[in-house]
Amino acid sequence: MTTGAGLVEGLETFPKILARNAERFGSRPAYREKAFGIWQSWTWADAAREVNALALGLLDMGLAKGDHVAIVGNNRPQLYMAMVAVQSCGAVPVPVYQDAVAEEMAYVLDHCGARFAVVEDQEQVDKLLEITAKLPGLEEIIYLDPRGLRKYDHSKLHPMAEVEARGRERADDMQADHARTLQSRLDDRTAAGTATDTCVMLYTSGTTGRPKGVVLSNLNIISTAQASSEFDHLKASDSVLAYLPMAWVGDFIFSMGQSYWTGFCVCCPESPETMQTDLREIGPSYFFAPPRFFEGLLTSVMIRMEDASKLKQKLFHHYMKIARDVGPRILDGESVGLIDRLRYALGGLLVYGPLKNTLGLSRVRVGYTAGEAIGPEIFDFYRALGINLKQLYGQTEASVFITQQPDGQVRADTVGVPSPGVELRIDDTGEVFYRSPGVFVEYYKNPDSTADTKDAEGWVATGDAGFIEEATGHLRIIDRAKDVGKMASGALFAPKYVENKLKFYPNILEAVVFGDGRDSCTAFINIDLTAVGNWAERNNIAYASYQELAGHPQVYAMIQDHVEEVNRSVAEDEMLSGCQISRFLILHKELDADDGELTRTRKVRRRIIEEKFADLLTALYDGSQEIFTTTEVTYEDGRKGAISATLEIRDAATVPATPREVAA
Amino acid sequence: MSAAESYVTADGRTIGATVMEMRNITLRFGGVVAIKDISFDIREGEIRAIIGPNGAGKSSMLNVINGFYHPQEGEIWFKGEKRAPMRPHEIAHQGIARTFQNIALFKGMSTLDNIMTGRFTHMKSNLLMQAFWKGPAEREEVENREIAEKIIDFLEIQHIRKTPVGRLPYGLQKRVELGRALAAEPRLLLLDEPMAGMNVEEKEDMSRFILDVNDEFGTTIALIEHDMGVVMDISDRVVVMDYGRKIGDGTPDEVRNNQDVIDAYLGVPHD
Repeated sequence: MTTGAGLVEGLETFPKILARNAERFGSRPAYREKAFGIWQSWTWADAAREVNALALGLLDMGLAKGDHVAIVGNNRPQLYMAMVAVQSCGAVPVPVYQDAVAEEMAYVLDHCGARFAVVEDQEQVDKLLEITAKLPGLEEIIYLDPRGLRKYDHSKLHPMAEVEARGRERADDMQADHARTLQSRLDDRTAAGTATDTCVMLYTSGTTGRPKGVVLSNLNIISTAQASSEFDHLKASDSVLAYLPMAWVGDFIFSMGQSYWTGFCVCCPESPETMQTDLREIGPSYFFAPPRFFEGLLTSVMIRMEDASKLKQKLFHHYMKIARDVGPRILDGESVGLIDRLRYALGGLLVYGPLKNTLGLSRVRVGYTAGEAIGPEIFDFYRALGINLKQLYGQTEASVFITQQPDGQVRADTVGVPSPGVELRIDDTGEVFYRSPGVFVEYYKNPDSTADTKDAEGWVATGDAGFIEEATGHLRIIDRAKDVGKMASGALFAPKYVENKLKFYPNILEAVVFGDGRDSCTAFINIDLTAVGNWAERNNIAYASYQELAGHPQVYAMIQDHVEEVNRSVAEDEMLSGCQISRFLILHKELDADDGELTRTRKVRRRIIEEKFADLLTALYDGSQEIFTTTEVTYEDGRKGAISATLEIRDAATVPATPREVAA
Repeated sequence: MSAAESYVTADGRTIGATVMEMRNITLRFGGVVAIKDISFDIREGEIRAIIGPNGAGKSSMLNVINGFYHPQEGEIWFKGEKRAPMRPHEIAHQGIARTFQNIALFKGMSTLDNIMTGRFTHMKSNLLMQAFWKGPAEREEVENREIAEKIIDFLEIQHIRKTPVGRLPYGLQKRVELGRALAAEPRLLLLDEPMAGMNVEEKEDMSRFILDVNDEFGTTIALIEHDMGVVMDISDRVVVMDYGRKIGDGTPDEVRNNQDVIDAYLGVPHD
């Protein structure tokens, strides 16, 4: 039985789904969190009780229908429950990136006009108190962890435990109108929730300009959660590790939407640093990570294998070769012959099993990566081990899912077929458009941007250029539509395409390629300190800092090899052969979100980098061999400093276009 | 000197009565006089620093408080009683814990195990009971582990809980050592150069933890430190030593303006 809006009746809002889960999965775990070294759990019934108490407390404090409530902190069960408590009161949770600096936070809180904020700890309270002068609308701050806050002025501050206790205490108190209790007022608010009400507001990290508040309705989130849970056959017995920022739409879909819809357990790590250990202890069956995570993990495996004994190295390399040959095919359900199957099984016993166990990926049934392109070698490594890693393509504006790869049709170079309920269209310029039940309502207080992005028929521009493969129906993404440009010669310029190829080398952490409107391409490179540092150690190269290692001639030589190899591979693609890199330099600092060079989800902000390092860019094109530069940096505590360096500029060999032979 | 009235500091902490008092301490090693007739007191809940140039006798002073050295002259009063000469482990049982200038952890043991060793003064079960790990021994272990975990949480070292300390960087080892001292739930915590050899960021972290320990647990802290900036920032009162003598005693501001102290640190022109 579905309502007109397309949702199951009685399950149109999170508080209502929570009531169903408490009844149906009452004694199953809803949340786990490691605290004081032990995994603590909340059953769905516990969660329902805690949400109710907190909602009563919030209502008692005067939370009004339609208010925005900022939620700031690392992934904590109480913060997830706080979001549902806020929804129970008819208000809208606005999760904010917990590592945002105070000014960024001030913008978001001011823009959404939050009266209440629920935060994790002293760090976040300090940030909010620092900006209260700019935020006259912020009335109450509720915090989870009281450590260090004892002596603060508590006129605005409230410990969450106290708010809950007060809620419980006053549940049966008669209200001012002497007609109803607090509990019955709350019940009315919860019951009034509909499918078209705003479920959550998420701020996009904004590769350009100010962040925009994406308004997502219950219909958007819940129908997407339902469709995607069915797509991957998610069950109540699944579990997921919630470690990605709560302000990111993916976490909201996985740890809230799908978890509530299917009733699976959300596990929160003890602290961001212990994520790897916690991953191993939990062994999630459903796992999401950005490509960066998988790259880092592979790098660390390779580094550790180099330090392993000869026998182990031999075993590892022998069986990894078998795995690369047949693993992905076995995973896709193809037949590979009895001998190979036996060899793979033996490898599983000796190498893959123990390795997956060490990585914490033994039980992963469905794994996703998205956000950036993943290197084919990296992708295949995990598939070869028998981990069902897939790709999806999504956006905040789509409630994540636009396309995803079905089991058995997984490839490194596509992002899959349209998700259930999604329609796709490619326009003349190559830009990808979609329409689905998950499509956002609007950008908050920004009708112009809404109109720019979403047309009257509900089609949304992704801003990405791509095409649909005719044979398979899979979507392939080339680059950001606005970044795809023309070089002076008229050849196509797709920087991301080249950057991704560069980043597939473990030694290269980040690359920024320039060339729009110019006659040749150049690049800024960031080395990966872990990989290159380990290499330096093994080769007895002493270095004191990132800057020194980045400027080392041998490092330059190594990076030059990588760049030239990429040039050869780029040359194979006739359309993009103009994008070969003729000159490059290695940056003297790591690109950092605190300096505004990356977004909080670690995507490069091309325009800002172009402006900030204008002197370096000029030097890349005027033929100089080295350049002296000074750059302002922001430390984690917000103080500013400057670093200066003399950077070497290298020429890299390019090759003429060598199109792949079509026919012999 | 009698216990003065308690008072509240500008940042809201309560400084209580005198908890330890050194009266006319003199310590000699053969003919060398390491400490010469020094008196000062440490009050409940305060952060008390002992500073001075190299060889001023700071570590000797800490070793006297700790019971490792026995002064030839003078008296030590602790909690209103004159203290008889004691061995360091007896003093540990009185509620005085310390860290060392050169880290003295068990390198092969994990962070957690190192912190658990700090609980030994609170363990009552004997070796045999622990070997069978039943009844009281098990309960005790659970209680001690709980306290150790609270300290791990407090010092934000969850990620190295199971890592052998020998593999940790220096700054973290220092933090583990502080954790082990805290595990004893001391009334008086002695820190011997807690920030020696650290970079600025590590120093800032350590300063924050020292202030938090004092604030959250109300632990009285006596520390020796070289870094004047840190000392002046975090301590309530400072004793300045030079060549085994006390040349200054008071709040950081008073000490900063004391001519003897300035001379000792900057040198005196010979004319």
